[in-house]
Amino acid sequence: MDPSSLNDLHQASRLNDPDASRSVAEPVISISGLDKVYAGGFHALKAVDLSIRRGEIFALLGPNGAGKTTLISVVCGLVNPSGGEVRVDGFDNVRDYRQARALIGLVPQELTNEAFETVWNTVSFSRGLFGKSPDPAHIERVLKSLALWDKRNNRLITLSGGMKRRVLIAKALSHEPRILFLDEPTAGVDVELRRDMWDVVRQLRDSGVTIILTTHYIEEAEEMADRIGVINGGQIVLVEEKAALMRKLGSKQLTLHLHAPLAEVPVALADYDLQLAADGSELIYTYDGTRDGDEGSSITALLGDLDAAGIAFKDLHTRQSSLEDIFVDLVKERT
Amino acid sequence: MNLFPVRAIYAAEMARTRRTLLQSIVSPVISTSLYFVVFGAAIGSRISEIEGVSYGAFIVPGLIMLMLLTQSVSNASFGIFFPKFSGSIYELLSAPISHVEIVIGYVGAAATKSIVLGLIILATAGFFVPLEIAHPLWMLTFLVLTAVTFSLLGFIIGIWADGFDKLQLVPLLVITPLTFLGGSFYSIDMLPPIWQTLTLFNPVLYLVSGFRWSFYGISDVSLMASVTMILVFLALCLAVIAWMFRTGYRLKP
Ligand SMILES: Nc1ncnc2c1ncn2[C@@H]1O[C@H](COP(=O)(O)OP(=O)(O)O)[C@@H](O)[C@H]1O
Ligand SMILES: [Mg+2]
Repeated sequence: MDPSSLNDLHQASRLNDPDASRSVAEPVISISGLDKVYAGGFHALKAVDLSIRRGEIFALLGPNGAGKTTLISVVCGLVNPSGGEVRVDGFDNVRDYRQARALIGLVPQELTNEAFETVWNTVSFSRGLFGKSPDPAHIERVLKSLALWDKRNNRLITLSGGMKRRVLIAKALSHEPRILFLDEPTAGVDVELRRDMWDVVRQLRDSGVTIILTTHYIEEAEEMADRIGVINGGQIVLVEEKAALMRKLGSKQLTLHLHAPLAEVPVALADYDLQLAADGSELIYTYDGTRDGDEGSSITALLGDLDAAGIAFKDLHTRQSSLEDIFVDLVKERT
Repeated sequence: MNLFPVRAIYAAEMARTRRTLLQSIVSPVISTSLYFVVFGAAIGSRISEIEGVSYGAFIVPGLIMLMLLTQSVSNASFGIFFPKFSGSIYELLSAPISHVEIVIGYVGAAATKSIVLGLIILATAGFFVPLEIAHPLWMLTFLVLTAVTFSLLGFIIGIWADGFDKLQLVPLLVITPLTFLGGSFYSIDMLPPIWQTLTLFNPVLYLVSGFRWSFYGISDVSLMASVTMILVFLALCLAVIAWMFRTGYRLKP
């Protein structure tokens, strides 16, 4: 893949971007009181309020069935809302649907199969559908950035699943959106392609495109996002800067495997947050892993005090609480 | 109105026709030729003339109507059903385009195909029977109005259908029987009185009658009745489509 070419092309479109003068602080998407009750009576979104900042990568994280796809679908106009309001760059997504939708590119969760179209035609079609004049040079750059250029004359039916997903991304980028929705973009995508895909996403972000991705993989949100929103049972449980979220909930643990088991934590070490585990053969030290400067010194101090207390260990390892832990905690709290 | 989306949909639909040229054009032409051989030559030799027109020539407008109706419905219904079926409809629904633009793109393409097909069948008929067209402008008007109206009907069916079986159902169970019973191959004068009365409730009769009038100046019902009927049907289809889009019927949950 060649993400740099994509960057160039979005840099170009940014220069004459009429929205550039709008306040950066003003959210690019603001959702308020959004409700969705499906025809069967299922309450899929419950009074969702959410603001997406201009130019960020926002990860919407939640288990299967949480309402991620429903939320995206309402914003993009695929599902009728039951209540509430969505504004895209100030435009109401129902009343001013033309202006609102023109800004948005959507990569759906499910692969679609227009089997007999060629890659080039299907991507060019998308551009036309979004009301843009033909621009073969742009389509070429998009296809090259997604490593699809060699396949441009292939019919979709001849492509692998990973390539098909890239075609869907190319279709979404064909009309130069300012906001890109990626619904579970890496589901069923191999590791290498996933990495390449993230490169492209970061390049897009660097060129000023706002990106909203959904995932139920915590690592993905952790790796990619600037901010993370957690959704569960149709409700937004929390929205945080990723770094702040990690700081707030992200303690670290140092586990020491002792030579000789201890019956209890020695009084000399009472100042440290220590616990015994595995019948006293493991000593677990919990500390704030995000105060970077202190981390090393507090561990050094602990190790010194252990030595002084005559406690020897044969091995040690650290572990950071992942979003997975945080998420499990949050969901547990709710239920 | 933005023309790029309309053009994109129209072009993609026409490209689909080119990919399935055999199915779209060749097979209707072959089956029409077979009708001529069977009805025109075999049966026509026993039915000499209807109101001064040879039987072979008499059935030409009915045959074109039969093809026009079935092809309009099947082209337009498939055109919108397929994106629903394949999932690519998400793109149509998320695009900054109006319902009118979507309909013009899909129905315009389907109607174009039917009109071209109708003209090809007309030309084919010219090989079998001597043709005369008394009112060419009316002939084209009927051709276009019918193609558009039944493409709209097809569009409705395509949105309504949730499986391939339903997609086939309406053309098979409704359109074809109504066309056969609507005077395509006979004048309703040839029927017993009770059947004549019943046939007057068949909308296709009005189409065939008006269309045949544009060829030979003979009709089962008045020209005004034919034109009114088709316009009423057109308005009805437009109303249903408007309702479908407004409510998101089978398009948006
Ligand atoms: N068209 C629909 N009709 C009824 N229920 C639906 C429909 N689509 C989704 N749901 C339900 O809404 C809930 C949320 O679904 P979805 O938004 O797809 O979740 P996610 O994308 O987070 O996995 C699920 O329980 C799902 O079964
Ligand atoms: Mg989903």
